[in-house]
Amino acid sequence: MENMKEIILEYVIEEYCDEENDDVTFDTPLISGGIVDSFSMVSLKRFLENKYKISIPDADASPEAFDTVNKIEVLVKRFQ
Amino acid sequence: MSNIGSYEKRLENFDWSIAEKELDYKNGDNINIGWYCSDRICEMGKANKPALIWEGLGGVEKQYTFNDIRLRSNTIASFLKDLGIKNEDRVCLFMDKIPELYIGFVGVLKLGAVAQPLFSAFGDESLHVRLDNAQTTAIVTQRKHVSKVRKILDQMPYVKHIILVDYDGSKPLREREVAFNMDEAKQVENFESFPTKAESPSVLHYTSGTTGQPKGVKHVHYSLISQYLTSKWVLDLQDDDIYWCTADPGWVTGTSYGIIGPWSLGITQCVLDTGFSAESWYKFIEKRKITMWYSAPTAIRSLMKAGDEIIKQYDLSSLRHLASVGEPLNAEAVIWSEKVFGKAFLDTYWQTETGSMMLTNYPGMKIKPGSMGKPFPGITATVLDTKTFEPITETGKPGLIGFKPGWPAMMRTYWRNEETYQKKFENGWYLPGDRAYIDIDGYYWFIGRDDDVINTGGHLISPFEVESALLEHEAVAESAVVAKPDEVNMEVVKAFVTLKPGFEANDDLELKIMNFIRKKLSPLAMPQEIEYRDSLPKTRSGKIMRRVLHAQEWGEEIGDISTLEDD
Repeated sequence: MENMKEIILEYVIEEYCDEENDDVTFDTPLISGGIVDSFSMVSLKRFLENKYKISIPDADASPEAFDTVNKIEVLVKRFQ
Repeated sequence: MSNIGSYEKRLENFDWSIAEKELDYKNGDNINIGWYCSDRICEMGKANKPALIWEGLGGVEKQYTFNDIRLRSNTIASFLKDLGIKNEDRVCLFMDKIPELYIGFVGVLKLGAVAQPLFSAFGDESLHVRLDNAQTTAIVTQRKHVSKVRKILDQMPYVKHIILVDYDGSKPLREREVAFNMDEAKQVENFESFPTKAESPSVLHYTSGTTGQPKGVKHVHYSLISQYLTSKWVLDLQDDDIYWCTADPGWVTGTSYGIIGPWSLGITQCVLDTGFSAESWYKFIEKRKITMWYSAPTAIRSLMKAGDEIIKQYDLSSLRHLASVGEPLNAEAVIWSEKVFGKAFLDTYWQTETGSMMLTNYPGMKIKPGSMGKPFPGITATVLDTKTFEPITETGKPGLIGFKPGWPAMMRTYWRNEETYQKKFENGWYLPGDRAYIDIDGYYWFIGRDDDVINTGGHLISPFEVESALLEHEAVAESAVVAKPDEVNMEVVKAFVTLKPGFEANDDLELKIMNFIRKKLSPLAMPQEIEYRDSLPKTRSGKIMRRVLHAQEWGEEIGDISTLEDD
């Protein structure tokens, strides 16, 4: 099974970055770094829910919890 | 003591000449906003005063004095002039909230060209329709956004120049591209600002309506008069203030009150160019010792959601005045801000077309939480009957907000769309498209939009634009888009779709459609929810009835459905 962090990172780069800002790592701030805005966070949340067959309550889907791929992995694992 | 002093006294014998005198402007003089925001402040002896304190990701910081703003805007104006850009040409500013956006705006105005700021998160289609309408001559942008421009460049022969402000030489420049580094360019000491007059076009902001393409709202240099005075009396900007307007200059608040207002008053302002988080915002206020904070209800509600405990970790005692704009500020948010900051956010009501504040709360005036406040002096406002368009005299009776045309910052037309502009008036009143009522004390209370436009986080989204884009997705047969209630953003976009044969309604397809719209239009326009339907409610003539879906979404009465087609 592919590493969860790599799958999420690949998705973030594919969907939210372009050729000029694709140097995103597991620790790159996504929300506070302006790569993923608060509206787009909804689509990222939806991706995680579809991919990992989980439901992330809105109260837990905070900008802080989505700020890096590392943090997102922790969040997803909490609801698996 | 606040700048406005007594609101009631200001109403007596009010005249916009108050601002004209303070700005040393007389009817018929040249008036150039770019010059007022830079050269004039330097001439007033504030050349070395900080004008912009900018912070980007990772705490990267840049500071510019008013003399720096003067020199750099001269340099930008001169650079554009050398490219052949002339007065009244449209120059699009398509950037994040970086210094080049703020100072570039001033430079474009000094040249006499029309500044056309566009939100940097716009997708290529949103960008294209706006550039096409404006017949834009040049686009100033960054490497991270240039790919969206390149994608549509073949369809835009009128775009002569694409100016990259952060070109690093790592990849070759492409067709029509040119590099310009604001900080490293040889600074131009003297640049004669174009002798624009009161009615010369200055700024072109785009806004969405119920139908048709986005409309370019044309503003003129005389808008300075009301932007200056409202900044002084409502935002209460004073010489030693450290001001933070959180709005993006891709939208009107970010230019009227994120550039023109503060800089024409010679005020130091701070900009935080990172994404939102409660922690980073509070940290910024503490670090920069922000005294005046102009923000939006969505942000305030997000801060409320983050809780009160986090606030205790920061020293926010520098804050002396708070205001809000973008959508109605709910009473809970006003009460909360009083509790946690010791000050209430003052709600201000205005829109892209009005160019400056219209109904607002004032320092020193009693606040009724949830109310938009009262008309700014010089603004004749009322609530009109929806059928006769006569002012309603009965207290508390809902109607349409109406303003008597003629205030300085009022739009002059919709760019290349005078017909739609004329439709904004009834019986001599300008209609902003909102419903409200006036209470016994003369306070205005917002009720809702009078059309289908979706106000999400203070940004207006046209359902028509999203529906049209949805139909371009290979799986979508029909679409209807309405507002859905949202705790933080007030409203978000919700789409109802029917699918073409061969496509299966599932979660993966929903995500694909969401991302399709996000990239094509913008994250704001992306439906936060897509509901699959076998059919959509239509009239017998085949028109999709959005209002039926809207009513279902809001738990309201559906109303007359006699024209609904039979199943």
